Amino acid sequence: MPLGFITLLLVCQLAGEVIRLALDLPVPGPVIGMALLFGGLVVKGSVPDGLGAATAGLLQHLALLFVPAGVGVITHIGLLQAEWKPVAAALVGSTLAAIIVTAFVLRWLMPKDEDSK
Amino acid sequence: MTGTARDIWVYLSASPLAGLTFTLVAYQVGLWIHVKSKRHPLVNPVLIAVALLSTLLIATDTEYGVYFEGAQFVHFLLGPATVALAVPLYRQFAHVKRSAAALAVALVAGSLTAAGSAVGIAWALDGSTALLVSLAPKSATAPIAMAIAEDMGGLPTLTAVLVMLTGIIGAAFGTGVLNLLRLKDPRVQGFALGLASHGIGTARAVQLGETAAAFSGLAMGLNGLATAVLLPLIATLLL
Repeated sequence: MPLGFITLLLVCQLAGEVIRLALDLPVPGPVIGMALLFGGLVVKGSVPDGLGAATAGLLQHLALLFVPAGVGVITHIGLLQAEWKPVAAALVGSTLAAIIVTAFVLRWLMPKDEDSK
Repeated sequence: MTGTARDIWVYLSASPLAGLTFTLVAYQVGLWIHVKSKRHPLVNPVLIAVALLSTLLIATDTEYGVYFEGAQFVHFLLGPATVALAVPLYRQFAHVKRSAAALAVALVAGSLTAAGSAVGIAWALDGSTALLVSLAPKSATAPIAMAIAEDMGGLPTLTAVLVMLTGIIGAAFGTGVLNLLRLKDPRVQGFALGLASHGIGTARAVQLGETAAAFSGLAMGLNGLATAVLLPLIATLLL
């Protein structure tokens, strides 16, 4: 992975954290960093090859990055055992509700399909 | 365990190497089983890895904090990975501009449904306040959801677990439900998956094709942003 572009990602994240702290924003630093990088790409007008490779490498194994936080489940076993009913119902119910609502609203409003399928 | 084996274990578990290595090995095992199952959505690599690691930690009586000393190197990459989402977002910019209004309405509707129904259902079933606050941001991608939970007085590590479970549920059942409802447009499926179940849903959308993957990555980024902006705002208005 090209080092320069890894550095760029970290610089965007750091700038995001600084902006968040300086302006006391409710948005997390990495999200501000994402907005900064997005703005930069719009100004530049294209994605440099190296940046494409660096981000593809990171995003390809996005699921792996959730594992350490997920193992934190063992620190909440007590709460999850005590509240498994609201947890299970809320997770399954809200996730499927969000998927269905989003999909229906989008199909209803989306400009008709020309190029996909 | 014999004396020597225990000494070795004590030494290893005190260094970050073990936590880091076991995280990668467990994920590889999860991926391998996932591929062996012909990438069945119910056989989720993250779930397998977390189950293996949790079992190992409990069996060896290792504290989560000790494990995390090593695993934090993987965890840290969530930050740069969030920044990196700017690239797929930029690549889909043309699509996005064309259907911007539809996507914006679907985004707000979906984001509010995710947070509102999660908190509502848990509240109706007598969930504790800590659980309700930790549930609210769970459809957003982990780094955003954890930061929001922390700001609002929830438990970030509990939110991380809820985020992971949300992703697995969305990835496992999302496409089945949408097919049943005859919502088969890959743009619609991708966007709904990414919005409701972030990166794990997007990993599922990648299997549906390039269009679904792009819309899913887009929805994950946008919902991260929407959740980060809307939830603190609603919380301030309500409290």
